[in-house]
Amino acid sequence: MAPSAPTDYHPVVLDRPGLQSLIDALVTDGRRVIGPTVRDGAVVYDEITQIGELPGGWGDDQGPGRYRLRRRDDDLLFGYAVGPDSWKRFLFPPVSTTWRAEVSREGVEVAPPAEVPRYAFLGVRACELAAIAVQDRVLVQTNYPDRDYAARREQALFIAVNCSSPATTCFCPSMGTGPRVGSGHDLALTEIPDPAGSRFLVEIGSERGAAIAARLATREAAPADREAAAAVWSGAAAAVSRALQADGLKDVLVHNLEHPRWDTVASRCLACANCTMVCPTCFCADFREAASLSPDHAEQHRTWATCFSVDHSQLHGGSMRWTTRSRYRQWMTHKLATWHDQFGTSGCVGCGRCIAWCPVGIDITEEAATIRATDGLTRLPAGATP
Amino acid sequence: MALALPADVRPADAMVPVPYRVVGRARETADTVTLSLEPVGSPIVTPAPGQFNMLYAFGVGEVPISISGIDAGQRVRHTVRAVGAVSQELCAAEAGAMVGVRGPFGTDWGIDSAAGGDVIVIAGGIGLAPLRPVVHELLRNRRRFRRVTVLVGARSPEELVFRGEVASWQASARITVRTTVDYATAAWKGDVGVVPTLIERVTIDPEVTTVMICGPEVMLRFTAAEVLGRGVAAERVRVSMERNVQCGVGRCGHCQLGPVLICLHGPVFPWSRVGPLLARREL
Repeated sequence: MAPSAPTDYHPVVLDRPGLQSLIDALVTDGRRVIGPTVRDGAVVYDEITQIGELPGGWGDDQGPGRYRLRRRDDDLLFGYAVGPDSWKRFLFPPVSTTWRAEVSREGVEVAPPAEVPRYAFLGVRACELAAIAVQDRVLVQTNYPDRDYAARREQALFIAVNCSSPATTCFCPSMGTGPRVGSGHDLALTEIPDPAGSRFLVEIGSERGAAIAARLATREAAPADREAAAAVWSGAAAAVSRALQADGLKDVLVHNLEHPRWDTVASRCLACANCTMVCPTCFCADFREAASLSPDHAEQHRTWATCFSVDHSQLHGGSMRWTTRSRYRQWMTHKLATWHDQFGTSGCVGCGRCIAWCPVGIDITEEAATIRATDGLTRLPAGATP
Repeated sequence: MALALPADVRPADAMVPVPYRVVGRARETADTVTLSLEPVGSPIVTPAPGQFNMLYAFGVGEVPISISGIDAGQRVRHTVRAVGAVSQELCAAEAGAMVGVRGPFGTDWGIDSAAGGDVIVIAGGIGLAPLRPVVHELLRNRRRFRRVTVLVGARSPEELVFRGEVASWQASARITVRTTVDYATAAWKGDVGVVPTLIERVTIDPEVTTVMICGPEVMLRFTAAEVLGRGVAAERVRVSMERNVQCGVGRCGHCQLGPVLICLHGPVFPWSRVGPLLARREL
């Protein structure tokens, strides 16, 4: 991620044709521009070249176990919160090759790693920049960095767009990650509504960002532009209704591993793994031999894995976590408690995806609050009647 | 066979297996063999007793295996029990076969910190494998330590690993060795009973004793409880843990036990660290 925003950059204003010029400039630079687009009834991230591919006029209604696109009464291009995708899909792809090797008479030859794509990410939310910073800690700031992730990450350009329309599932303010973009961006856009077509206040976060902005037809931001952008920021902050009380939560959770709430949530949880797939920080992965019909070729794939599967903790002789109770507990206590021990940060950024995409609407903020409110309860011993 | 590894792949990428050749294969029990491995090209870093490697069977997959021998030169030994597809393939590897090695990973037993005091090594079944280099080290520098006791248990006499070697340790009389089995045969001359029952017959000077334990998890718990009961501080009781390890470097998430990652923070832990975690079911 870029160094924190130098203070001597002044915000500029870009109009819609200017946004197209930005995409064009990135493509000219040989970048693959990944941005939001509507597909399969959701805002997903995919390669785009035209602003017409952005989700113009689309918003999202989200709640526990619910995600629906809705038509906005304006034509904002970034008037949604977040969809099921995160940038993890591109920085830490669902399937990637760790190495490939060929056997020949001369021995085993390991192929050099493939080149990584040069991405520009358009429409990155503040919570998502925070999620990338979390994955950086897990995957790069270690003695054994993930080289593929590090290379993708290093190459990528981050064009953030401040959130204007948080969903009811969002709780970024309580996690200290949003909704306003603070750091990690090369450019941070704020979409200012205008009946004549929205325009963008552009804040510059890095030299790379400044170099791109300098190639665009911008004008200096007027006081009215800044006020309008500030209204977007404060409107977004005010629109967030959900919260997770994070202070002291780590201790609460590790002291309540036998809380009866784990049984309650396990009675609803399908162990479907949706939450871990949509989570922008979940990093668990299988490193497995990829099946090959050739006896002379082998490769290992890294694929997304989930702590909700029985075989995630499989040893010879059985799984270490055979109940859904223990697997949900593993996921939530890892995310909110033991992540701190392992990586010095919370694993949750408050994006709310796990709430919306849970088929039964389990809400991590509700589960955490309930355990906190009933701190110290323990389940009945097996066989006891309530 | 020549090896063509691009110069930039290693050691930069801990995920790429390093080619080794099987140069020796000794059968330990019906389902367990010890492989001696030598590098085809550049070797891995010399392991410390207690560390593990990821062993790769070409076209099948990788498993974490503790290092059961660190020989002079670049040879490493691994004692493998056939319990799954990969370990079966490894156990079947004949001399001359190629395997991949990544590592060494994880923490070691910290033998140096036990110098000047007593050492009790306690192994259950194939748990003797990662402790074998410890015994070698204790014998090599016997004078650095006071009393050295090795307690070895197995389900039956046929399931004892390194049988000849254990007998030679016993015969040398330089260290005290006791063996026990859960189920004896008529020919068995050792003790009968689970490993923790041997501990009551060992003289323990808790202030200066370091205990190193490896075996099935239930054996770890009962054995640790026994030595703690004899007054040894939990910091001086070390255990080697097993979990599903796929990357070996703290990135795959499979080996978590609450706050710890077995591959990175372990596999060897002081009991003070993992004892409370193991008391929790399904953590």
